[in-house]
Amino acid sequence: MTEQAARKEVDIQPFTVNFGPQHPAAHGVLRLILEMNGEIVERADPHIGMLHRGTEKLIEYKTYLQAAPYFDRLDYVAPIASEHAFALAVERLLGVTPPLRAQYIRVMFAELTRLLNHLLGVTTFALDLGAVTPSLWAFEQRELILEFCERVSGARFHANYIRPGGVAIDMPGGLVDDIGKFLDQFPKFLGDLEGMLTENPIFKQRTVDIGKVSAQDAIAWGFSGPMLRGSNVAWDLRKAQPYDVYDRMEFDVPVGLTGDCYARYLVRVEEMRQSVKIIRQCLNRMPEGPVKTDDRKVSPPPRAEMKRSMEALIHHFKLYTEGYHVPAGETYAAVEAPKGEFGVYLVADGTNQPYRCKIRAPGFTHLQALDMMSRGHMLADTVAIIGSLDIVFGEIDR
Amino acid sequence: MNDTAPVSPLEEFRQRLVSVLRALHLDSGIARGELSLRAPPGGIVEALTLLRDDPSCRFNVLVDICGADWPEREERFDVVYHLLSLKHNRRLRVKIHVGENVPVPSVVSVFPCANWHERETFDMFGVPFAGHPDLRRILSDYGFEGHPLRKDFPLTGFSEVRYDEAQKRVVYEPVSLPQDFRGFDYLSPWEGLTGIQLPGDGKAAIPIAAKTGGRG
Repeated sequence: MTEQAARKEVDIQPFTVNFGPQHPAAHGVLRLILEMNGEIVERADPHIGMLHRGTEKLIEYKTYLQAAPYFDRLDYVAPIASEHAFALAVERLLGVTPPLRAQYIRVMFAELTRLLNHLLGVTTFALDLGAVTPSLWAFEQRELILEFCERVSGARFHANYIRPGGVAIDMPGGLVDDIGKFLDQFPKFLGDLEGMLTENPIFKQRTVDIGKVSAQDAIAWGFSGPMLRGSNVAWDLRKAQPYDVYDRMEFDVPVGLTGDCYARYLVRVEEMRQSVKIIRQCLNRMPEGPVKTDDRKVSPPPRAEMKRSMEALIHHFKLYTEGYHVPAGETYAAVEAPKGEFGVYLVADGTNQPYRCKIRAPGFTHLQALDMMSRGHMLADTVAIIGSLDIVFGEIDR
Repeated sequence: MNDTAPVSPLEEFRQRLVSVLRALHLDSGIARGELSLRAPPGGIVEALTLLRDDPSCRFNVLVDICGADWPEREERFDVVYHLLSLKHNRRLRVKIHVGENVPVPSVVSVFPCANWHERETFDMFGVPFAGHPDLRRILSDYGFEGHPLRKDFPLTGFSEVRYDEAQKRVVYEPVSLPQDFRGFDYLSPWEGLTGIQLPGDGKAAIPIAAKTGGRG
């Protein structure tokens, strides 16, 4: 008894750990201030903005056409998905509908970018947990998809392919066949990937019951995409509020039952399978025809026409100097980007430049819930949770 | 999607919304198939709580909060809340108008995810949120001054950063541009010269100065 009385009670200040901004497990420039009790996280305070480039401000000083490339630089893991949201917003204000072939191409590339995103998201998540091989395999597959992006737009990442009114140019000959070949071998890769991870005891130990979010919490914290579906909420904008030709596609929306990191992993892997299905349908059903609207006040004339028609030449000149004027109004257009709901709130004042363009990035909302998700977990689990959020700082910091 | 029939389902829903929120006296409108409301700033917490909990609304997801700056208006800022109802598959935009330095009640108590969105609006526009648990800047640099998305904040900003070899640290300096930032005035008419005033045209109805309202 005397021994216990001799012990002094000491208040231990929570130990503060600075995690990042340059840390391989931070998925970019995330600075995390962690208040630790031993190895248990008591509070996580993410500091963001290290990659803030003022995209929204810059867009206010650009024409609508010049604004489009900024969207590639937001979510640079899945660039075409972000362009899609901007194009939809501008089209809604202009009252323009892209031709059917363009809509198919857009949906197909939106799904190819979903593969692009999930390949990186899932495997770097595994990398954070110590599994190096999947990422090496996935990057090989990513190269194949990036090659398709390059063939269609000239750039691997910063495609600037989806434009208001359609897409920039039609697909080159042979691309359809090559995408088909890619799809033939992709399920085998997915099988290999799952063979490495899904039943892997180490992977499961690190992810099952880690970062659990109930459906109620997921909704209250504004989750979307795989984060929401991982918590057993069957919500997918492609089904609920379909845009372009998603209403013609047959696919299933996978839902996770447990709301932990493992469920989110499973949802993403299954989404890749569904994307393959959608891309295949696009390839089979894509009609022939124009790939951008024939409204010459919005989309430029073909090069050949400019050689003969003075009017076409004027249109081309005006579109690439002054740009088109968008009628005053406001709209919010959202797409089911690979990471969740990517939205663009666009306010037009009738001039050729957006008055205000707010970009709603899914990662921003997910990252703010990190504090809620990682409280009471170990430091190493915080790394797993960050990995399962699938964040990219291009879109969070804007 | 563009539903403008006299009694569309959306219009019906708008009328129901107005009756749910009748105590708040708000304007509502439908444009391009999107429903928006304008609420008084003081009633935003009440409005969002009602919209979240009323069984006919169930707007249970706060998608986004953002600002917009209209400097020529007396209440210069818009604060825009985008809501989504997973149950009824509907979107709604709620807007409030506030003047400079007028605090807006924070809605963190209604939607926990409002926290960062309000911080961002505060950072970018300088709209203070009353009752926010942790109103710090979020996107801009540590020690940043000014609110970059205000229309009177220059695109180039005020200070630039570089690594100083002599001092062995990062230094902040006032922006110096080797070439002036050029804002082009593109507001010439698309359709020929019908509405434009050429210099020296004495018969013109509109004085030239009124036509050159550039955006700088």
